[in-house]
Amino acid sequence: MVSLRVIDTKRDLAPVPAVALEDVSIVYGGTGGPAYEAVAPTSLAVGNAEFVAIVGPTGCGKSTLLNAAAGLLKPAGGSVSVFGQPLAGLNAKAGYLFQQDALMPWKTARDNVAIALEVADRPRAEALEKAQAWLTKVGLAPFADRYPHQLSGGQRKRVGLAQVLIRNPKILLMDEPFGPLDAQTRIIMGGLLLDLWATDRKAVMFVTHDLEEAIALADRVVIMSAGPRARIIGDHAIDLPRPRDVAEIRLEPRFHALHKAIWGQLRAEVLKAYGGTP
Amino acid sequence: MTPIPRGRLLFWQVLVAVVALTVWQVGATVPIGGTYLLPKFFFSTPADVGARIWKLFATGSIWKHLWITLTETALAFIIGAVGGVVFGFWFARKPMVAAIFDPYVKMANALPRVVLAPIFMLWLGLGIWSKVALGVTLVFFIVFFNVYQGVKEVSPVVLANARMIGMSERQLFRHVYWPSALSWVFSSLHTSVGFALVGAVVGEYLGAAAGLGYLIHEAEGVFDVAGVFAGMAILAAFVLFIDWIVTKIENRLLVWRPQPAGG
Repeated sequence: MVSLRVIDTKRDLAPVPAVALEDVSIVYGGTGGPAYEAVAPTSLAVGNAEFVAIVGPTGCGKSTLLNAAAGLLKPAGGSVSVFGQPLAGLNAKAGYLFQQDALMPWKTARDNVAIALEVADRPRAEALEKAQAWLTKVGLAPFADRYPHQLSGGQRKRVGLAQVLIRNPKILLMDEPFGPLDAQTRIIMGGLLLDLWATDRKAVMFVTHDLEEAIALADRVVIMSAGPRARIIGDHAIDLPRPRDVAEIRLEPRFHALHKAIWGQLRAEVLKAYGGTP
Repeated sequence: MTPIPRGRLLFWQVLVAVVALTVWQVGATVPIGGTYLLPKFFFSTPADVGARIWKLFATGSIWKHLWITLTETALAFIIGAVGGVVFGFWFARKPMVAAIFDPYVKMANALPRVVLAPIFMLWLGLGIWSKVALGVTLVFFIVFFNVYQGVKEVSPVVLANARMIGMSERQLFRHVYWPSALSWVFSSLHTSVGFALVGAVVGEYLGAAAGLGYLIHEAEGVFDVAGVFAGMAILAAFVLFIDWIVTKIENRLLVWRPQPAGG
């Protein structure tokens, strides 16, 4: 892929990753209680326009790592840099799609999306117009005036996606975004995400515990070990061709080969997370 | 439970009133075994009470009292609510302040507010302000605790999300904390408006020159039982009327909230 990025310094000849975690470790507690080291020093780089899925057993610290990349959580050790710049405070270049419902329940779908532009001092009329366009893109145009409680779980996720993407962030952080949805809706949402991503490739960090979802969506699948002291134990390139059909691709032989190879590694960790009992 | 048809329900509801009023009227006017079950002197009769209510409205003398009570209620609610919102926000955002004042807030709230009435009378006189003050002390704490709760219990995910889409502290206040706190205030609207009215009426009862509480107290002072019951009936209707208005306002403002099942 040809990069059109302006080269500003001599050392900047190698492509700068969108997000680079270097020896990031995350520790909970410590003052007044026993410290719990959730994530051992871990390094991970996500290239520009690269879609990386992070898979691991429940409670392994995947989300914690994502929060460190978002600037919501300060790592105990190591450093986070965004396009080569050390991260201080919140990551302004990133959009974050949460696992839980994060929409403001007192705003309609349209207002929830528009507010993301309004807080950046864009005129309200323009924000509303763009919000409507984004709701159309995620297939929710007729539901713009509904409040979150009047939408289904999948529809709320679509609004969330529009709210994140309307700001045009360079980096997309997703924390098991489709986790609470049913299997069919997850596949549809995965397809929608890939369609949107194909038209405007952002760097994506996609946390999930669903290996099939990870392989179907990502360029790279990173495996984390069971916590405590979780770390990255595998990094697999997914060479499935794009564009992909999220539902159909699961039937391809290459998908199965990848799944088999990665699952062999993941399985041991999942068993560990459940205390060795399958 | 299958719902009773509307017409049938109304029939039974009216029947309850008719039976109660009949028992009252008969007990007060027909001697049973030489004694009245409900002596007129203590219980009056529904007919007399009805006539009294009619007279109060026909002469128009009731309007002044209703207006005074309504004014006191509205002022008590507005002042108490504004104070509660301001202090609720302040305490919720400054845990240090909340921690320091915690025992005093609890103490002030534990005090039965009626005992403050004589103090307010002394300070503010027999006019409407002593009643407003009493209502404020009731409304303030309800709104205060609800706002405090509302700000404290903003979903951490909604808050983190709002920060990630780039909201400043000021914008968080306007788009997240404020609507969340308001929703708690509105959900306690019935209670706080009700307490504002209680403050007004109790204050009037203890010493005033006008208002529904005064009307009842005055009738009681001259053993005018029909007057007491007439005052009570008007007060009940007045409360229902205010409650109806509050419900209308609530439905309008809390349109974004999921309706409770069957509501």
